[in-house]
Amino acid sequence: MKHLLLGDEAIAQGAIDAGLSGVYAYPGTPSTEVTEYIQLAQAKQPSGIQCRWATNEKTAMEAALGMSYMGKRALVCMKHVGMNVCADAFMNAAITGVNGGLIVLAADDPSMHSSQNEQDSRFYAKFAMIPCLEPSNQQEAYDMMAYGFELSEQLKTPILLRVTTRMAHSRAVVNTVEKPRPQNEMSMPKDVNHFILLPAFAKRNYAELVAAQPSFVAHSEADGHNVYVRGAHPEKAIVTTGIAYNYLMENYDASMGCSILRLTQYPLPAALIAQLVKDGAKEILVIEEGQPVVEELIRGMVPSDVVIKGRLTGDLPRMGELTPDSVRKAIGLDPLPEHAPEAIVVGRPPALCQGCGHRDMYAALNEVAREYAAPRIFGDIGCYTLGALSPFHAIHACVEMGASVTMAKGAADAGQHPAIAVIGDSTFTHSGMTGLLDCVNANANVVVLISDNLTTGMTGGQDSAGTGRLEQICYGLGVPQEHVRVVVPLPKNMDEIKNVLREEIDYNGTSVVIARRECIQTLKRHLKAAKKS
Amino acid sequence: MKKDIILAGVGGQGILSIATVIGEAALQEGLYLKQAEVHGMSQRGGDVQSNLRLSSEPIMSDLIPKGGADLIISLEPMEALRYVEYLKPDGWIVTSCVPFLNIPNYPDLEQVLARIKAYKNHVLLDVEALAKEAGAPAQAANMVLLGAAIPMLGIDHDKMIAGVARVFARKGETIVNTNIAAVEAGYHYALSVR
Repeated sequence: MKHLLLGDEAIAQGAIDAGLSGVYAYPGTPSTEVTEYIQLAQAKQPSGIQCRWATNEKTAMEAALGMSYMGKRALVCMKHVGMNVCADAFMNAAITGVNGGLIVLAADDPSMHSSQNEQDSRFYAKFAMIPCLEPSNQQEAYDMMAYGFELSEQLKTPILLRVTTRMAHSRAVVNTVEKPRPQNEMSMPKDVNHFILLPAFAKRNYAELVAAQPSFVAHSEADGHNVYVRGAHPEKAIVTTGIAYNYLMENYDASMGCSILRLTQYPLPAALIAQLVKDGAKEILVIEEGQPVVEELIRGMVPSDVVIKGRLTGDLPRMGELTPDSVRKAIGLDPLPEHAPEAIVVGRPPALCQGCGHRDMYAALNEVAREYAAPRIFGDIGCYTLGALSPFHAIHACVEMGASVTMAKGAADAGQHPAIAVIGDSTFTHSGMTGLLDCVNANANVVVLISDNLTTGMTGGQDSAGTGRLEQICYGLGVPQEHVRVVVPLPKNMDEIKNVLREEIDYNGTSVVIARRECIQTLKRHLKAAKKS
Repeated sequence: MKKDIILAGVGGQGILSIATVIGEAALQEGLYLKQAEVHGMSQRGGDVQSNLRLSSEPIMSDLIPKGGADLIISLEPMEALRYVEYLKPDGWIVTSCVPFLNIPNYPDLEQVLARIKAYKNHVLLDVEALAKEAGAPAQAANMVLLGAAIPMLGIDHDKMIAGVARVFARKGETIVNTNIAAVEAGYHYALSVR
């Protein structure tokens, strides 16, 4: 069957067709559509695949490992920075190994279209010493799911599947199988001690993982995903990874005659790289999306007189995603004739929607904050991060999920007053709750302002893990009931919201103000659905 | 046949539905297609674009190179100009002339329109007014724009209309017909000014 699918959707369909039993994920651009696609497919035609959103990437990774423990196939999806959140579970899953196939999808965002850094998840695969797949197009992404699950079960290891924004969010026609493979039956791990990481067992497991490395390399060399083609002029060689191959081929002229090694599977295929050199490569251009991972590694695998070019040598830009233009330049071609940019064009940064509750929350907060000499407002990750921009300029920090709460605590510990955290409901349950417990235990003088829009807004309105229970969660963590205040962020409530904020700022201890109003995007959708039914 | 198209606009304007219809028609024609979209933060009222590539031969890059686009289709005039580096020297700009004003420093509109007119191959049209004239709601303005781009798309008019019908079929006959009326309005306008 032929389908027009986003890269993310091809991964999702590939997983379903490969006998997936559970997808575990927290929304994050550019990975969100994988889980959404599976949820939609399950809504249309249920086949028992668990696809509910997880509270964060760590809980997702652990639940997936549990599914794998029971012999079934599981997929974990996240954006690149989610790998940091689940790193403990991820690294140790490499030590336990798997029972049912386990694929971890990390969607990297070079150029930081919707992210705070451009870390390259391939480092995590190398760090954990597990195989990594990096498809170069949507069809390969689909096909690699079945292959990845097979490989995972055969090698008894999790597999990291790494994609980047352009792969995740670009559509192409994908051929799929007619009928999905049935899900695995439940089965216990053969050796349960493999999953008990006491030092004695962990040492044995780790030794096995180290001993398995040559077989991982052998699969990279022999399974056909890494393709080496000797050129007519093999002294010049090009190594591409993932979608970089497409940018090369967009520009490449066969008469150039370079040897080309197209990588989509790691660890690096040592034999193919040795062949490149044996065939006469004197200069190797490495074209890869993300950080110069291969460019660094390959230096240790070829004789020192072979010149390695890439992002580290300035032949390609050191940062940001590749483009057909930057690759064209790197292979020595002149740019196509183009128009000069139009000077009249100005930037159009994203902004909070008109009518959004975060707007009213910031309007009130800004007015109250102005009443203090040096307020510090610690922001967090979500739509409300846009409060940093015009017209609000309301926050003074935004680092990673949950940091608002604990940075406010640290600032209060240092003597700052007022120290205010602004965090969304979904980010709060993702990683803010534990920080709030730290605040409560120290009775830190902070106000945690939870801007509750009842959804995970920035990624398009996915379910939020704590909806309807935020007050109970705060009570349970030990915030005094009289200092858990709820307001409705609307212009008509401005005086009330400001008074509540003032009272809680002036209270010497930990308090929570919940500003609750549904996201206007999900509200529109809900009203439309209600009208239909 | 090979057409590289940049679809431009402001987050929320609906450039992706234009891409959906062109994609539907292209697939029926048996063409290869790649379409890179913008998801995430920019969708909140920021500038958005989609690279749509159609070809009778396999397509490699998901992104259009600079100087490679045959056509810029834009729902907003300044947004059309944002991507001129990507336009071929003789490429077309088909754009709405109605500005989307959500920034304080929007440039002088007359100058923006004058810059668009400086390109030999351009179609500048008031998609909202044309939608209204055609008896279609404001939401169908993007279909007027699509209609205006048909003469430069390399896919037959009738096949595009059939694509519109298929894409909107599940929304009922009335919606199909108003959208077709909107596409026709844009198409005839473009033919009249080309």
